[in-house]
Amino acid sequence: MLQINQVSKLFNPGTPDEKIALVGIQLHLKPADFVTVIGSNGAGKSTLMNIISGVMRPDTGTLHIEGAAVGSLPEFKRSQWIGRVFQDPMAGTAPNMTIEENLAMAFYRGKVRGFGLGVNAAKRRMFKEQVARLGIGLENRFGAKVGTLSGGERQALSLLMSTFTSPKILLLDEHTAALDPARAELITQITQDIVREMKLTTLMVTHNMEQAIRLGNRLIMMDKGRIILDIDETRKKDLTVERLLGEFEQISGKKLADDRIVLG
Amino acid sequence: MLNAIMKSVELGLLFALMALGVYITFRILDFPDLTVDGSFTTGGAIAAVMIAGGYSPWLATICAFLGGLVAGVCTGLLHTKGKINGLLSGILMMIALYSINLRIMGKKPNIAILNMDTIFTGANLLVVMIVVVVVVKLLLDLFLRTNLGLALRATGDNERMIRSFGANTGTTKIIGLSLSNGLVALSGAFIVQQSGFGDVTMGVGMIVVGLASVIIGEAIFGAKTVFRATLAVILGSVVYRIVIALALRVEWLDASDVKLITALIVIIALVVPAARRSAKQKSQAHKRTAELLSGTGPKGGVS
Ligand SMILES: Nc1ncnc2c1ncn2[C@@H]1O[C@H](COP(=O)(O)OP(=O)(O)OP(=O)(O)O)[C@@H](O)[C@H]1O
Ligand SMILES: [Mg+2]
Repeated sequence: MLQINQVSKLFNPGTPDEKIALVGIQLHLKPADFVTVIGSNGAGKSTLMNIISGVMRPDTGTLHIEGAAVGSLPEFKRSQWIGRVFQDPMAGTAPNMTIEENLAMAFYRGKVRGFGLGVNAAKRRMFKEQVARLGIGLENRFGAKVGTLSGGERQALSLLMSTFTSPKILLLDEHTAALDPARAELITQITQDIVREMKLTTLMVTHNMEQAIRLGNRLIMMDKGRIILDIDETRKKDLTVERLLGEFEQISGKKLADDRIVLG
Repeated sequence: MLNAIMKSVELGLLFALMALGVYITFRILDFPDLTVDGSFTTGGAIAAVMIAGGYSPWLATICAFLGGLVAGVCTGLLHTKGKINGLLSGILMMIALYSINLRIMGKKPNIAILNMDTIFTGANLLVVMIVVVVVVKLLLDLFLRTNLGLALRATGDNERMIRSFGANTGTTKIIGLSLSNGLVALSGAFIVQQSGFGDVTMGVGMIVVGLASVIIGEAIFGAKTVFRATLAVILGSVVYRIVIALALRVEWLDASDVKLITALIVIIALVVPAARRSAKQKSQAHKRTAELLSGTGPKGGVS
């Protein structure tokens, strides 16, 4: 489904500020893989997400989605296959537009945006059905501007918006990190339901070790721009937080340095 | 007095289309586009030359609109393809248009069309303008609710988000700038036909007039929905003309002070709400601090 071959990315190469964000990343995802990604601060997790989605271009290496080379496509073209939820609850929705208008824009992912009405009666009914499945009552506030929603509500809406056209790949970059624990758990639950139901190929960055182990069928750990650990489904089943941290120390020779880490 | 107010309403409606154009760039796209000073004249110049040349005034008006669309596209290309800062793109186009406008006018700084037929000939100017402005407003409202219109609004509201849903924000910006300057040029064409002549300096300061209308309108009538906001801009344009007319009745002010008054209106409209907000925040902070110190009131922090 997604094939990343030998992807590297350097910031400010050849200057004293040089930052190695990714080196020779090799990652293949099968359809319906749900991969959790953990790693220390500055390991390159967000950069990897940005390279897959086309926000940044890799310095070397290739990217394929379902066999098609997408490495040189601009972000807006790649967006037709890739759904994203950002860490910042403000980032995934348009605050001065209503809930239904936001949904209408998401509904047109990858389609030509012409002079058809964004929201009509039939679409409104369909949107309402979808929103109702989130189970947080947003369907009763359809005309409200998204800026009036709480962070958790916005994140739930972003999640729905980024998935309801069945993207080939779903990228979640710490999408629960800005929420309080209860809301984070709710969003995690919704994520799990949607991904399972729609069989989405998903890459999810998280700082919650317990969550990284509990969710998905594969876990990768990054450090200094490399994937240092790749745990498949069978080994993931009897993984514990202690063992995961132990593995990290053994491979990288240091403790996992992560200022937002949540053990579980 | 009543006569003066009627005149203001007429002028307000004539300039309302220009204000709607400014609303599209400044408010919807969040793009401070200064092309306006140039494209207003472009519209006026095209209309004046064509009408003086004996073309149908409606055809001349439509061509003026098209001229504005093209000017907006140029600004958009400078910004999106040339990667030039938005403000600078507009300024560059504004300067370039000054020469282009003179060319359009056959290198004459003004063209009189006093004896020619215009769209207002034999019709009531007020009625024509009400119809035109209402039709344009409703079409604009409708456009902003289409899929393309939603993408345009999102480009100004959260560009990163709409790009992540596959919209080319370069294109939506160009469309918005184009539409905006088309409306501005249309307004220029109407002004030429109302006043009977086109002048190469007629657009000077237009951007500030447009801003004043937008800000006054929003302050008085609110901008909760698109329908409300566009209505507010039109009414803002009318109120602005009434304010100017009243100001000019003050003895020691004369017509040459209009631009200064306009700038002052915009400055006041920008400064006062900001100052009020920060004052309110400060008093709120004082109150809360007192509460926290005395241990009354709700505990701090957001839930
Ligand atoms: N735009 C940029 N310019 C320069 N350096 C950058 C840029 N973006 C990221 N970096 C650097 O690249 C490295 C990888 O950053 P990245 O954001 O991918 O890390 P991360 O794994 O997401 O970290 P975190 O856990 O803190 O989110 C870091 O050293 C970072 O400072
Ligand atoms: Mg990150």
